[in-house]
Amino acid sequence: MITEALQERETYLNASYGIKSWLLTKDHKRIALLYLHTITFFFFLGGIFATLIRLELLTPKGTLVSADTYSKLFTLHGVIMVFFFLIPSIPATLGNFFLPMMIGAKDLAFPRINLLSWYLLVIGGCFALYAMLAGGVDTGWTFYVPYSSNYSNTYVIATGLGIFIAGFSSILTGLNFIVTVHRMRAPGMTWFRLPLFVWSNYATALIQVLGTPVIAITLVLLICERTLHIGIFDPSRGGDPVLFQHLFWFYSHPAVYIMVLPGLGVISELVSVFAKKPVFGYKVVAFSSVAIAVLGFLVWGHHMFVSGQSVYAGLVFSFLSYFVAIPSAIKVFNWTATLHGGSISYATPMLYAFGFIGLFTVGGLTGLFVACLGVDVHVHDTYFVIAHFHYIMVGGTIMAYLGGLHYWWPKMSGRMYPEGWAKLSALVIYLGFNLTFFPQFILGYLGMPRRYWNYPEEFQVLHVMSTAGASVLAVGYLMPLIYFMWSLRYGPIAGPNPWGATGLEWRTSSPPPAHNFDETPVVTTEAYDYAALAAMEEAKVG
Amino acid sequence: MDSHIELPELQEQFETPEQQREVSTLGMWIFLVTEIMFFGGLFMAYTIYRRAFAGAFGLASNTMDVWLGAANTAVLICSSFTMVLAVRAAKIGSRKALIVFLILTILFGSVFLGIKAFEWNTKFVEHHVPGPTFHLEGASAGDQGPAQIFFSLYFTMTGLHALHMIIGEGLMLFLLWEAYAGRYSPSYYTPVDIGGLYWHFVDIIWIFLFPLLYLIARHQH
Repeated sequence: MITEALQERETYLNASYGIKSWLLTKDHKRIALLYLHTITFFFFLGGIFATLIRLELLTPKGTLVSADTYSKLFTLHGVIMVFFFLIPSIPATLGNFFLPMMIGAKDLAFPRINLLSWYLLVIGGCFALYAMLAGGVDTGWTFYVPYSSNYSNTYVIATGLGIFIAGFSSILTGLNFIVTVHRMRAPGMTWFRLPLFVWSNYATALIQVLGTPVIAITLVLLICERTLHIGIFDPSRGGDPVLFQHLFWFYSHPAVYIMVLPGLGVISELVSVFAKKPVFGYKVVAFSSVAIAVLGFLVWGHHMFVSGQSVYAGLVFSFLSYFVAIPSAIKVFNWTATLHGGSISYATPMLYAFGFIGLFTVGGLTGLFVACLGVDVHVHDTYFVIAHFHYIMVGGTIMAYLGGLHYWWPKMSGRMYPEGWAKLSALVIYLGFNLTFFPQFILGYLGMPRRYWNYPEEFQVLHVMSTAGASVLAVGYLMPLIYFMWSLRYGPIAGPNPWGATGLEWRTSSPPPAHNFDETPVVTTEAYDYAALAAMEEAKVG
Repeated sequence: MDSHIELPELQEQFETPEQQREVSTLGMWIFLVTEIMFFGGLFMAYTIYRRAFAGAFGLASNTMDVWLGAANTAVLICSSFTMVLAVRAAKIGSRKALIVFLILTILFGSVFLGIKAFEWNTKFVEHHVPGPTFHLEGASAGDQGPAQIFFSLYFTMTGLHALHMIIGEGLMLFLLWEAYAGRYSPSYYTPVDIGGLYWHFVDIIWIFLFPLLYLIARHQH
């Protein structure tokens, strides 16, 4: 017995056993895994709605579902994917797991609040699931009044409450990250030695903390308007429905950066480690994350060019929106510069990073189209917009999330995934994604409006292409689900640092011990200092 | 005395008690920032409608009982004062003074909530609750709608503020319980400190609500 216990190294996975040791855990790594399971569930649930949407759109006339059901499908797809998958995705799983390790901390600053935030997400999710099972909600994920407050006869309140509660989950995660980065860094881990993934999660946390309370109060007002008819958004009493849109987008535009900024951080890590070079212009890339967070709060009006805000407001919002392109372009250029002259490895995470850079660039450039006042009047509320934000959220965030998941999987599980299958799935996802969403740019440009269940026959070819792409994409997403589970048992043992990466998370064993490090690491080098890492390895061997 | 005797309160993720205290305080400050944004949405709605319907808002505001509002302001400022004294008592290790000042803070908070409840009741009696029976004397037919928006904002803002007061009272009861059990000492009183931060924040919200809701149109009297 005793020798057996000695042979089995203690990790965060076997430090304690039983369902209680998971549901009451304060270990950020275990909480990250709880999140991983939860958001994987929501991802595939949202995916089912997407599948039904694409199937309905195979034919010009309604064949599969009724118009009402279709409205509920796209609403639930949006609500589940945005609030219960994308917003928690990278910060709550990869960030939760690795942010403390990357700065050399034993845990987040508030482990119990971290667990609470997972429970809040689950409780919020239960409200959303209740709304779904009880009959759904058909307002679109944007909940525009007066439809959502006075006319829709669906489960707006339950869904709103679900988002309200999940919002506090997001706020508490952000709060935890900010305090952790400020106060829990290991000796020698200065601000400009932080890995860029930490910087981008820090910038994200700023938005979570400053933006999310505004959607919370907006939902409170919406629920009051719907139940008590308080009149704040009701034109018959002088209330202004456009005020709802201002409040909604004040959060929901920055929320786009909550979704994509952590992804930008993942890509900075991947590009550096698989080119074996420090990130070009480290400080500029770090500050560009903060710049995106700040600018994100100044551009919400570009969602409202045709909503009746003043022309001058439109001009200013359009002008400011272009500024977001600057820090975004800085990142893309600096990643490219990092690759230049690097010894590039084409491992799976790097394939995802390449996919991300291409798709994020397309999504970003088409963002300039929709930020432009004149062009937006033409493409507003069309499939052009749908394609644009899916290039950012699916082509960007999910590619980065999967890239990060492959990259850190050996650390989380202690085992490697099957490289061949993983490369294949990266390729399938990339091709499937483009086949799904590129035709939608053309559809939107030709005038296909969003949120319609039927369409003129001349659009059918493009819709069939899109649906075909969605099936390919679905296969691509199912593959990692299967081989990740397979690898837990059969994957090759990974070792502490399979990629030769410099981050502190790679200096401890895989999977890490419950307190991350056997002794608190002391940081003496800049981030991404591969020469110092090589010297250290040599010294160990010698 | 070895300072390590105080260490049972040190949670495992921290290296030193100072780090633990700094983390808690910073966490509370950031939480208060989120609260500012939360109330900020309402303040923005108020600003927009106040500008659009200055006349109706003035008329509606004049129905408020300014003396009750002023009394409540005084009560809350007193409660903040006793809260400061409670934190000081914890800092110098006077358990008895801490208990007394926490009780006083709770009492002032309760008086505030009592007066607020009375005021809310008055609104129901006077048909100033938005809805089909709403009527504001002296306001034209066109001003009845915007006046309802004023009262909607009044109920939402003071209601959310009162909810924060109730949560604050809960926090104070918790602190009182812990203080009674002798958990706080000059080397560990962080909960009293950050509980105080929260309490002052809720007071400050009221300091903004009072002029916006009660005083904006006084000169028209």
